[in-house]
Amino acid sequence: MFNKDRWDEILEALTANKFRTLLTAFGVFWGITILVLLLALTNGLKNGVTASFNNFAANSMFTWTQRASISYKGLPKGRRFNYKLDDIAALKSEFPELKYVSPRNSLGGYRGANNVTRGTNIGAFQIYGDYPEFIEQLPMDILQGRFISHSDIDAKRKVCVIGIDVVAGLYDKGEDVIGTYIKINGVNFMVVGVFKNVNSQGDSEEEANTIFIPFTTFNQAFNYGDRVGWMAITAYDEFSITNLKDRIFSVLKGRHTVHPNDDRAFGHRDISEQFAKVTGLFTILTLVGYFVGALILLSGIIGISNIMLIVVKERTKEIGVRRALGATPWNIRLQILQESLILTILAGMTGVAFAGGVIWLMNYSLEQSGPVENFANPSVGMPVVFTALTILTVSGLLAGMIPANSATKMKPVDALRIE
Amino acid sequence: MIQIKDLHKSYHMGSNSLHVLKGINFDVKEGELVSIMGSSGSGKSTLLNILGMLDEADSGSYVLDGVPIKNLNEKIAAQYRNKFLGFIFQSFNLINYKSALDNVAMPLFYQGMKRKERVERAEHYLEKVGLADWSHHLPSELSGGQKQRVAVARALASDPKVLLADEPTGALDSVTSHEVMDLIQGINDEGKTILIVTHENDIAQMTKRIVQLKDGVIIDDSPVKQVRAKEYV
Repeated sequence: MFNKDRWDEILEALTANKFRTLLTAFGVFWGITILVLLLALTNGLKNGVTASFNNFAANSMFTWTQRASISYKGLPKGRRFNYKLDDIAALKSEFPELKYVSPRNSLGGYRGANNVTRGTNIGAFQIYGDYPEFIEQLPMDILQGRFISHSDIDAKRKVCVIGIDVVAGLYDKGEDVIGTYIKINGVNFMVVGVFKNVNSQGDSEEEANTIFIPFTTFNQAFNYGDRVGWMAITAYDEFSITNLKDRIFSVLKGRHTVHPNDDRAFGHRDISEQFAKVTGLFTILTLVGYFVGALILLSGIIGISNIMLIVVKERTKEIGVRRALGATPWNIRLQILQESLILTILAGMTGVAFAGGVIWLMNYSLEQSGPVENFANPSVGMPVVFTALTILTVSGLLAGMIPANSATKMKPVDALRIE
Repeated sequence: MIQIKDLHKSYHMGSNSLHVLKGINFDVKEGELVSIMGSSGSGKSTLLNILGMLDEADSGSYVLDGVPIKNLNEKIAAQYRNKFLGFIFQSFNLINYKSALDNVAMPLFYQGMKRKERVERAEHYLEKVGLADWSHHLPSELSGGQKQRVAVARALASDPKVLLADEPTGALDSVTSHEVMDLIQGINDEGKTILIVTHENDIAQMTKRIVQLKDGVIIDDSPVKQVRAKEYV
């Protein structure tokens, strides 16, 4: 369909009136630029807002115990109770839909007192007891060493993985961190890893102010027995945690002798529900982006269609000559269609490239000026480029359709008579 | 080569009907050089358009080289035009953004011929009309006579059965007219059948047979002693 002759034909026709071709192409160029920019900005907004989710596995929830609010089976109202380690095993065996059930405990925290020392350096950090799976639920970059392992859990090793801010607080610049010891609440722990949060947004500073130690070590060293402060539960992607959570709570109610209607005995935070709300919002924003972009593009396409009509009108005689020389109506139609297609796609791809440049500039200046609240990394993926290409192809064909038909409507004898 | 029987054609303009061709009977044998003469409105251009399959007759039969030309759709008509006919127009009708060579190669392009072969053939025909050195010039860089010679080369390019020339010298001065007629006579000498529509008597005298048309009927059809255009050049 597109051999060299066709290209020559098309290029000759398009360059016959360069300025007009350029002006026509600008409509489509502008339309697609705005379409891509809108999508990129939506994406930037989305990246910025979802950054506040800290990349936590979306299909997850946290749950912790509160006070029983209904007396049940002789147990009083207002009773305090705790999750236990055997709840974890029970949930895992009861719910094969669950991917991870991680028990967690913590010390210190926001405005906590100093609890970690190394030589003469002191600091107040958040201490978490965790299982190795936790890194799958909350991805983080291990910069040096490793995360907690199952053998750490089994042997209750006194090892820890520390955040970059902990390193900054306790170590001198350039000092080796791995293999050194820090004292957490008076207990010595060997540093086996350093981590950084995946995104460097929002409250990451606080997050990197964290020390992870094996859960079993935590409970033994700080005398927690088999108590579990809270659980981070992640379901497999096929199952929604939001749908599962009622059943999970009824099992937990049974295990802790809580009245079946006592929903206030357990606290929870459903990440997936919150996440769905936010992604729903951005789906709508993306649709708006497509809608507005497509409308602007439409006016560009109408411009192309319009100019092609004029071109066909101007070339009526030429078309008559071509037909006298043996061009079939389909030859003519194809040529007009190809011209409009090539013009649309060229203009559109230039627009995509231009929008790409603008996005790059935006990212560059964001990098220079530091993070902005709720906005990060505006970008579009290859799928958007392909969508744009599809839109352009379809619209190029649409734009050419009417002119192509009008080009062959006139009988060759009448076309030849036009002066 | 061409057999026409009882050809009728009328044009309708609003409520008026204009009967242009009123029963034309007319045969052309292979190798003939025929001029069709007549005042304007006599129907000579209409006849040529029908012969060129650019227009269709209302009734009557038209057989070209044994092929009945009837009820053609646009696609078949285009293919027949390409295969059987070469057109030479009064106003040359070259495509102004294409070089002489590309203009000549155009019928071959629509035959689907490969570029290399096409260029070779086109160069051959340009040489034949004496414009080999001008092959890469645009029509705007050529004189009227040169343009018409390019048009002749284009008409010849697909090696058609019949050349149809509509006032080929109408836009040329008498010297270049004679040059073009000399070229046409040369092509006829090689055996090509050629029909020329003209209203200039001296041009008609350079053909071998003159058909006089008046008010849509043939009033005279007689052979003439051909005047060679060379004598004037």
